[in-house]
Amino acid sequence: MKILVPIKRVVDTDQKIRASDDGSHLEIDHLPFIVNPFDAIALEEAVRFREQGSSDVEVVVVGVGVPEYEEQLRSAIAVGADRAVRIACDEELDPWNVACVLKAFVRQESPDFVVMGKQAVDDDSNQVGQFLAAQLGWPQATFASHVEITGEGLRIHREIDAGIEIVSVSLPAIITADLRLNEPRYASLPSIIRARKKQIEVVDLETLGVEIEPRVRILGVRTDQSSRTCTRVDSVDQLLECLRSEAEVL
Amino acid sequence: MQILVVAEHDGATLRPATLSALTFAQSVAQVTDGTVQLLVLGHELASVVAEGVKLAPVLVADSPDLASPVADRNAHVIAETVQSRNIDLLVAASTSQAKDIVGRAGGLLGGAMASDVTGHSFEESELLLERPIYAGAAVATVSLLGTPKIVTIRPSSYSPAVPQDASCDAHDMLIEPSSLPNQMWLESVRSRASTRPDVTDARVVVSGGRAFKNSDDFERIVGGLADALDGATGSSRALVDAGITPNELQVGQTGKIVAPELYLALGISGAMQHLAGMKNSRTIVAINHDVDAPIFEVADYGLVADVYEAVPEMVRKLKEIQAD
Repeated sequence: MKILVPIKRVVDTDQKIRASDDGSHLEIDHLPFIVNPFDAIALEEAVRFREQGSSDVEVVVVGVGVPEYEEQLRSAIAVGADRAVRIACDEELDPWNVACVLKAFVRQESPDFVVMGKQAVDDDSNQVGQFLAAQLGWPQATFASHVEITGEGLRIHREIDAGIEIVSVSLPAIITADLRLNEPRYASLPSIIRARKKQIEVVDLETLGVEIEPRVRILGVRTDQSSRTCTRVDSVDQLLECLRSEAEVL
Repeated sequence: MQILVVAEHDGATLRPATLSALTFAQSVAQVTDGTVQLLVLGHELASVVAEGVKLAPVLVADSPDLASPVADRNAHVIAETVQSRNIDLLVAASTSQAKDIVGRAGGLLGGAMASDVTGHSFEESELLLERPIYAGAAVATVSLLGTPKIVTIRPSSYSPAVPQDASCDAHDMLIEPSSLPNQMWLESVRSRASTRPDVTDARVVVSGGRAFKNSDDFERIVGGLADALDGATGSSRALVDAGITPNELQVGQTGKIVAPELYLALGISGAMQHLAGMKNSRTIVAINHDVDAPIFEVADYGLVADVYEAVPEMVRKLKEIQAD
């Protein structure tokens, strides 16, 4: 069985984000980067399938981007991926184009299923998994909090607005991982050292036959300026009084 | 622009979020001299359609195969409708259902999509969309290239459309069961019935965090205050992870995004991911025993206290006021 895990390289979530003075972009180049937390959860799930499975399972991670992606691809190997591939691309791609690239790669690799994070914590679009499933004509199970292999395919628990939905899908399929699917492991130091020696395959967009056609144009960015001054109250009585007379919400 | 709004409903009535989507659509239609139609998918839709026609002309996709919100067949019908009716702009409210289904439809329609839009404007004739990024730490202004465009809006950013007295037309579409994809099946939904309002539409949201040790305490204290204020309960991620509250209560970057009149954060420290889900609330109150908790930076009013003492006191005093 082959499981493909696309990962995205994103700014560390602890970092403070600032827009450039002209509002054309965010100043992020100097900041530390990590594997998108939801993709780390997806990778953990794939590695667990291999560890608990009876048959041979190969976990392949893929990242679409600049050479700096190799840092995140190596951490994925350290966690347990068998192969890591970087699809070379210098421009920032919108979700549609990421899906186009992944679709071409999926056609080449023929995984049994693809598991990826439900959204990237920088863009927060929550679209790539769904776009990829649509382009491939594969079933999708988004916001997965539990996945099990059944005779007919996969049974997935999904976190939805109303609670938990239980669905089944035939294979091959696209799964997008939600927060509570699992808790990702930390790579051990020996694994990290071993990962440094592992070969990262690099694939060209031309080889995949993909042409980038932008669908989203970013015209500007600004940091959210809203701030409030907190009135500190000393008692419940004072709080209720503020809410009633000042805020007028009671 | 020909605009199609995908309705979300529970079989009986439209979800308030859909009414917000209609406000966005109507605003765009006005500027572009366009039309708005409402697409209702499902089975046995008479009551939903009757409500819909007071808001816009309705296209009805009624079929037993569409009874459940399963992505493959629903996205297929949405995409077919957009293409056959030359729709320029597909709109929905950004709910978990729309992310799943309309997201897939977006993938069938060429991917010119922006999700969780919080504002829009026109420059010359170009539609500019604002959407939060980095868990709401920044806002991007984007435009979509190509047609059709697909937009999901954040319900709390658009007030609900008001129904008219006159009814528009409803048109039944023919659904061929054999043409529908059939690779996904819904087995069941686990949902807790609640008498409280939905956290995304409530005027007041009372939210609890790590301070609460178990579900009973949460229900008694957070639930108690919510009931005293006719509000909804919400939860930080920590309590859901611990199994103390169900996932549908989670407020945050990847949970629900709310903007009520009054948001009370009880025993919540204020992690960035939680703030993303509630920082646009009109009035924010924080009660936390830690004077340095980050939540106080986004609150209008802050009380440093033990929630186990302060909140029951609050409920008692509210009841006294209400009794007068």
